[in-house]
Amino acid sequence: MLYAILCYNSEEAVGAWSKDYHDQTMTRLYAVNDKLAREGRLGPVARLLPTTAATTLRKGREEMVIDGPFAETKEQLLGFYVIDCASLDAAIETARELAKANPGTGSYEIRPVAQFNESRLPLQQKPAA
Amino acid sequence: MTDLGWIEAVMVAARPQAVGALLRYFRDLDTAEEAFQEACLRALKAWPQNGPPRDPAAWLIFVGRNAALDDVRRRARQVALPDEAELSDLDDAESAAADRLDGAAYRDDILRLLFVCCHPGLPETQQIALALRVVCGLSVTQIARAFLVGEAAMEQRITRAKARIAAAGSGFETPGAAERDRRLGTVLAMVYLVFNEGYSARSDDPAARAQLAEEGLWLGRLLLRVFPSDPETMGLMALMLLQQARAPARFDAGGAIVLLEQQDRTRWSRPRIAEGLALIDKAVRHRRPGPYQVQAAIAALHARAARAEDTDWTQIDLLYANLERLQPSPVVTLNRAVAVAKVRGPAAALAMIEPLADRLQNYFYFHGVHGALLQQLDRLQDARTAFDRAIALAHTPAEAAHIRQHLDLLDRSA
Repeated sequence: MLYAILCYNSEEAVGAWSKDYHDQTMTRLYAVNDKLAREGRLGPVARLLPTTAATTLRKGREEMVIDGPFAETKEQLLGFYVIDCASLDAAIETARELAKANPGTGSYEIRPVAQFNESRLPLQQKPAA
Repeated sequence: MTDLGWIEAVMVAARPQAVGALLRYFRDLDTAEEAFQEACLRALKAWPQNGPPRDPAAWLIFVGRNAALDDVRRRARQVALPDEAELSDLDDAESAAADRLDGAAYRDDILRLLFVCCHPGLPETQQIALALRVVCGLSVTQIARAFLVGEAAMEQRITRAKARIAAAGSGFETPGAAERDRRLGTVLAMVYLVFNEGYSARSDDPAARAQLAEEGLWLGRLLLRVFPSDPETMGLMALMLLQQARAPARFDAGGAIVLLEQQDRTRWSRPRIAEGLALIDKAVRHRRPGPYQVQAAIAALHARAARAEDTDWTQIDLLYANLERLQPSPVVTLNRAVAVAKVRGPAAALAMIEPLADRLQNYFYFHGVHGALLQQLDRLQDARTAFDRAIALAHTPAEAAHIRQHLDLLDRSA
């Protein structure tokens, strides 16, 4: 079974970490990553830019592009894509394509990725289609 | 203490919201700051044992308010009868338990705090000092060091600012929409001043410099959370990020200035550049250009050039022309001349800046640029005069040393 682990924290607090504390924490986290990678259990890892860099496409009869992160509490995170785009406009266009394929309620938050580690899992661990 | 690093960060992060809420209750900066301080002391005892509360800001507000109320009551018993209206009002607030800090309250409390620090009656130097003390939570010692003034003088500057705000009376109300927009410009300017104090290399103390630039970024992010759809706020944040991304390459190991063209671009901070570029993308979608957005776009062209010779100077010249229209100033024209020299040659650039000589006669960079253009045109004696003038106006040994390098080159070519 593949699991996604989604990281939540206060970005204000993480943004206020001292350099020492940041470096020490990252060293501890990388140790966990390295162990998982050695065991062949690590897939892609991404660190996202702050929510201030986010844009949200709200689905509906009239789509809305909103500055900022997804803020509804009545909807849940159901999945995510990592896509390569030349610009924010291109990313919004891709979100529109997804919205057309899956119309109705919901939103797509478009958040630039700060760091990306594209580790791959061994093929046999892919989830059953 | 390493393990408690998260506590310190949580307190720094909660500070603007908590002090803002406490200011709403007590309408006095000193009381709000002391209440927050007391709450932090109690958190340092409680959190390591009990773990972090679910909403640290709400915890700090609740505990800080109760501590300050106890203090008010104690003093009231000793001195005079309690002010009924005041106390009953505060009791009501208290019965609401730990505030449910919804988006609107968050926004209003932080705005109130920022607007109080940028009170129109305060000179800029006092606005900056007050914001660094009250919003960022820097100690008076840290602020004094960053501004190269004595601690007592800085203490006095902050005390005076607080006294002026108290004397003005109003300012603690939640501002309306029109008022917000009008005063946002003042807050943006204050944030950029804080950043520039750190960035401009006026101080020779790299740690103090770095701290002010980081506080500027921190204030910018705070502001962007309160005004998530304002393109100029995005522009200012992008501008600061793109400039600060170059910080690791701006000075060599000996502390000497390294010019943009000679900087080792592999040392620029990629995550900061990525964030700056993402914010420009967002801002541009609003189609409401402003001076911060244009300056950010110029910084972005430098960030996008992998080597100095890849820089799109034609586009930079156009953007500066834009900036001259939006915000005419001799300094903008001087900056444009640097791009013009690249695109149309030093003679065109010289013709552009010579009319500015009177207005910029005491401006270090004017004489530096003037000297460099004259040098390129082989007017070596005139170049020497300009560089001598620049050295006389240099703020720091690093600036003077940089100009001296030009003079050395002149001597060698002469």
